[in-house]
Amino acid sequence: MRRAEIITALLMAGLSLYLMFKSAELPIGWIPGEGPGGGFWPFWLAAIMFGSTIWVMVNWYRRTSPPSQSEDPYLDAYGLKMFILVGGGITGMIALVEIIGMHLAVAVFLIYYIRFLGGHSWKVTLGVSLPSPVVTFLFFDIALRKFLPTGFMDPLYIPLYDFFL
Amino acid sequence: MELLGLLSDGFLVAFEPLNLGLIVLGVVVGLFVGAMPGLGSVNGVAILLPMTFLVPPTSAIMFLAALYYGAMYGGAISSITLGIPGASTAVATTFDGRPLAMQGEADKALIAAALASFAGGTISIVLFTLFAPPLASIALDFGDPEIFALMILAFATFVGLSGDDIAKTIFSICIGMVMSAIGFDIISGEPRLVLFDLIGFQSKINFLVLAIGIYGIGEMMWTIEVSRGDTMMTKVTVSVERVLSNLKIIWGTWKAWLMGSFLGFFVGILPAAGATPGSLMAYGVAKMTSREPQKFGKGAVDGVVAPEAANNAASTGSMLPMLTLGIPGSPTTAVLLGGMVIWGLQPGPRLFVTETEFVWGLIASLYAANLFAVIINIAFIPLFLWFLRTPFTILAPLIFVLSMVGGFAATERMFDVWLMLILGVGGYLMRKLDYPVAPAVLAIVLGPIAEPALRQSLLISSGDVMVFFNRPIAGPITIIALVLLFLPALQVLWRRVRGKRPVEG
Repeated sequence: MRRAEIITALLMAGLSLYLMFKSAELPIGWIPGEGPGGGFWPFWLAAIMFGSTIWVMVNWYRRTSPPSQSEDPYLDAYGLKMFILVGGGITGMIALVEIIGMHLAVAVFLIYYIRFLGGHSWKVTLGVSLPSPVVTFLFFDIALRKFLPTGFMDPLYIPLYDFFL
Repeated sequence: MELLGLLSDGFLVAFEPLNLGLIVLGVVVGLFVGAMPGLGSVNGVAILLPMTFLVPPTSAIMFLAALYYGAMYGGAISSITLGIPGASTAVATTFDGRPLAMQGEADKALIAAALASFAGGTISIVLFTLFAPPLASIALDFGDPEIFALMILAFATFVGLSGDDIAKTIFSICIGMVMSAIGFDIISGEPRLVLFDLIGFQSKINFLVLAIGIYGIGEMMWTIEVSRGDTMMTKVTVSVERVLSNLKIIWGTWKAWLMGSFLGFFVGILPAAGATPGSLMAYGVAKMTSREPQKFGKGAVDGVVAPEAANNAASTGSMLPMLTLGIPGSPTTAVLLGGMVIWGLQPGPRLFVTETEFVWGLIASLYAANLFAVIINIAFIPLFLWFLRTPFTILAPLIFVLSMVGGFAATERMFDVWLMLILGVGGYLMRKLDYPVAPAVLAIVLGPIAEPALRQSLLISSGDVMVFFNRPIAGPITIIALVLLFLPALQVLWRRVRGKRPVEG
């Protein structure tokens, strides 16, 4: 935990400096007749962010914050496994959206999670995952008119849109 | 009398069939959301907000406010039967709710919680109805310096009162504000903070991207890691006779719920405080003022009643600054406020003048939601207990899916879905190191209001910051904000001074 605390603080300090640099692309000072420039607000906020990361580092050095005192692992074996399987699963689902579309990616993700991570029976798995593309299509595409991405499956959806809309 | 007229007009709006149906639906969804460990009102409101685009804004906010209310009731169900708070707002309810359940009196605790929530809800809505119009009329005279001073006050409460790591709280506030500045400068229209020169950053980051990322993805990952699937439900015996006999509890505990309601309402108004500290404080005060404080922690009904009245009252309290000043009193109201902007409403006191139907419809809907929540809660206790047995390995993927699809529907950009994932996972990793996430969500909503207020104020004062001190309303607000900002430092100083004082006698 202690090592994670300082690494995160250093990364966030870097991010703050980058944000200050990007903000400074617009004027950060006073423009006569116009008031503060466009970069003023984010620049000073990022500067305060930077200052607070230094403060976190000082607390780390002095061991005054709980994470800086803790010798527990940042992610234990269970935490790491969960992080990879769940986080990886969601990343996979979003990547699949670009290929097979959101409706089918949702179904694939639900099968992956419920069957393989949850260890539920195929009956339960399919009972939850198979209706999901239909429900998302009817609710979002048809009722809300928010057309979800269809990826390479687009030709399949054209007759459906024709029928419902 | 004018107040009653406006309120009765509000009831006419709230009782329109669509609105009434949505209030009942919102309460039911809220009860389920609140009851599920790891899910609270803010998760429900953030994830379901994109679904409300189907109905008009007034109906949408009634649904979400009813959900907020239902979640406050629902939180007690898992606190009592599982010993795990359904949401952080119901932590205090576990202290005595769980012991009562272990003694075979889970039904008594559940009914006491529902009735106390009803009492807290009712008292706070009456207070809300009385306080909101005068506060809004005062706020109508607010100029940019006053608005910016209020923003500072809102964030100062996080620094001074939240009890989180101060440096990390300040970081969280600032990163939320900077995120709200991405895209373009709202005054000159020039591109600004186009990070890594990605096209996706050429437009603003929708607050829902952060809110759903944090509360839909990050918090779910947190719950999966922390709970590790270990829960044990106590047996609950429910029968009509027992329900009827337990209804009398409310008379014997009037002191606890009355105190909890008032305390909760006023604590709820403060942005950093809200329902969680409100309920914990109510528990503490109830114990302190009880004739039998030794019973607390071992199954005292007062220990369930006080925090439950307080968390419902606080949820109403947090809507007061949201509706009258345009400043959210809690993360949930921050999301609601962001929703108002999406629906094309301008949050702030002018709502009371320009959108009377919206405002009074919402207020009336709170009365209705409170009544439905208590009836549905008590009538369907067995159903909620059955639902609580749903394995998290089914519920969690459904929430991830809803987050992704809802996140896409809000902005219709895949870039935002990826960003939501990054922010959600990042939020989860940062939270493990005690970085608070709620201030960032509030900040991304308030940023677009705070920045023009600051720049306009400085423009009218020619760059003189005294504009925040020498105006009759902005001055006191700024001073209170500064006191709150320096409160932790003052406390440290005070402790040192006291520590050095020689021992008397």
